[in-house]
Amino acid sequence: MKTYTYTEKKDTRSGFGAGLAELGRTNPNVVALCADLIGSLKMNEFIDENPERFFQIGIAEANMMGIAAGLTIGGKIPFTGTFANFSTGRVYDQIRQSIAYSNKNVKICASHAGLTLGEDGATHQILEDIGLMKMLPGMVVINPCDYNQTKAATIAIADYDGPVYLRFGRPSVPIFTPADQKFEIGKAVQLTEGTDVTIVATGHLVWEALEASKTLQEAGISAEVINIHTIKPLDDKAILDSVAKTGCIVTAEEHNHLGGLGESVARVLALHHPTPQEFIATNDTFGESGTPAQLMDKYGLNRGAIVNAAKKVLKRK
Amino acid sequence: MPNIEELNDFTTQVRRDILRMVHKVNSGHPGGSLGCAEFFVSLYQEVLETKDDFDMDGIGEDLFFLSNGHISPVYYSTLARSGYFPVEELNTFRLINSRLQGHPTTHEGLPGIRIASGSLGQGMSVALGAAQAKKLNKDNHLVYSLHGDGELQEGQNWEAIMYASAKKVDNLISTIDLNKQQIDGATDDVLPMGSIRAKFEAFGWIVLDIEEGNNVEAILKGLEEAKSLTGQGKPVCVLLHTVMGNGVDFMMHTHAWHGKAPNDEQLANGLAQNPETLGDY
Repeated sequence: MKTYTYTEKKDTRSGFGAGLAELGRTNPNVVALCADLIGSLKMNEFIDENPERFFQIGIAEANMMGIAAGLTIGGKIPFTGTFANFSTGRVYDQIRQSIAYSNKNVKICASHAGLTLGEDGATHQILEDIGLMKMLPGMVVINPCDYNQTKAATIAIADYDGPVYLRFGRPSVPIFTPADQKFEIGKAVQLTEGTDVTIVATGHLVWEALEASKTLQEAGISAEVINIHTIKPLDDKAILDSVAKTGCIVTAEEHNHLGGLGESVARVLALHHPTPQEFIATNDTFGESGTPAQLMDKYGLNRGAIVNAAKKVLKRK
Repeated sequence: MPNIEELNDFTTQVRRDILRMVHKVNSGHPGGSLGCAEFFVSLYQEVLETKDDFDMDGIGEDLFFLSNGHISPVYYSTLARSGYFPVEELNTFRLINSRLQGHPTTHEGLPGIRIASGSLGQGMSVALGAAQAKKLNKDNHLVYSLHGDGELQEGQNWEAIMYASAKKVDNLISTIDLNKQQIDGATDDVLPMGSIRAKFEAFGWIVLDIEEGNNVEAILKGLEEAKSLTGQGKPVCVLLHTVMGNGVDFMMHTHAWHGKAPNDEQLANGLAQNPETLGDY
């Protein structure tokens, strides 16, 4: 089994900041907007280098989404930055009408998604954003797994013409994907080959899935780990090819089991290849204050939970 | 010099179009549409500097955004009769497979429309973004927007109004259709907003009134003045005092025709008050 290691941990939001800074240097049409969270979104480098292409909106996310839509009329490629909660739930109708239905080339970039936001608690820990965004016709939904992939995704979405939701997070997590990777929207990345169980994970849970696969291997279980960085459009083929071999699947995400990656995978399987599936996700609940590690443990979103789910789903084959 | 008689004739035809469109499908919003007919005709026939062919980016031309999208009949009629799409297409308003949706949208590719509107309160933010894109593009053309007065009850407007002056977006002329009516009744009964002029001024805008908002000459004079006030570091607000349902006597001065279509008899009555000038579609 291919194994993955890391020498450095970094937050995925810094990958966004680095990608945005690079776009500032290479694409004159890229503009950035922020609703009073420049530091949290790591947008300083872009702003320092391109002050005329940055719009500080203030604490007014609805206005930010509308302004972003307007900036596309004139050929700009706006990247909006705020927390995931304020990027989606707070401004759903603005995104729905002015961006998605109007098919505007806006990149909605959302940090601090999920439980790993930590101590601020449930008001800020959105676990519904993937569902909200994937339901919008035409919206692309991306949740990269580490710093390098987030940077690559940020750069890649500038070349895609249409609305995109890019979701990333606050904590430092292992960097295990290549710095020079080519990011292909909608193309899953197979990380390990396996024959007993498929584990498809997104975002912070991808590393946990890799760690789980090591534990499973020690128990004689061969797991195929697939990184689904793009939840919509979903790489149906990668999932179907894998379950054709393994016959069972675990999905893992830092999101409610209602509306998330797991449901999208279940739909593909139900249509084409009904397969036993277990869901690593929050169980229709809000989060709470705590350290990221405590929260991921309490809500069952870590390697241990994935191992248990894999063993369980194997018995359902 | 604009030919006022021709513009009035144009407006009369737009009124006929509005009545016929909403009557045919027994739905739509005639009241606000009729109240803004003179404004749309003045804007599209005399004020806006536009290129011959429509493109989404609108670089090198003036832009207009309709925020209160429910008055789509007046928008569609004016666009069609200004050459954006065939006048006959007005026949398809609100029908299945039409580009003329109940509320305006870019989704079906109708020339002239650059943003969907209908869910209220979003248009000023979009206009601001377009205005700021013009500045980045060193494009000296202006951005115009239209909003209902009742629509100002939506909070996003005030985010946008605050932002516009703070960021000195002085290439924007936002017009408020001050007809003092909304679906449930008079704005002063539903949710009194006090002085809209005082509110915009407090937020740092230049404000001017067009007292006769259903008079083409007054509108042209007012918009000319508004244009002269752009480029001075402040956004410009035009308070357009209109009569809902203007030009059809039984629809005037009431909210009753906000979202209600005339029956056959009422249509005949309304059309009789507005004789054909440019030819019905």
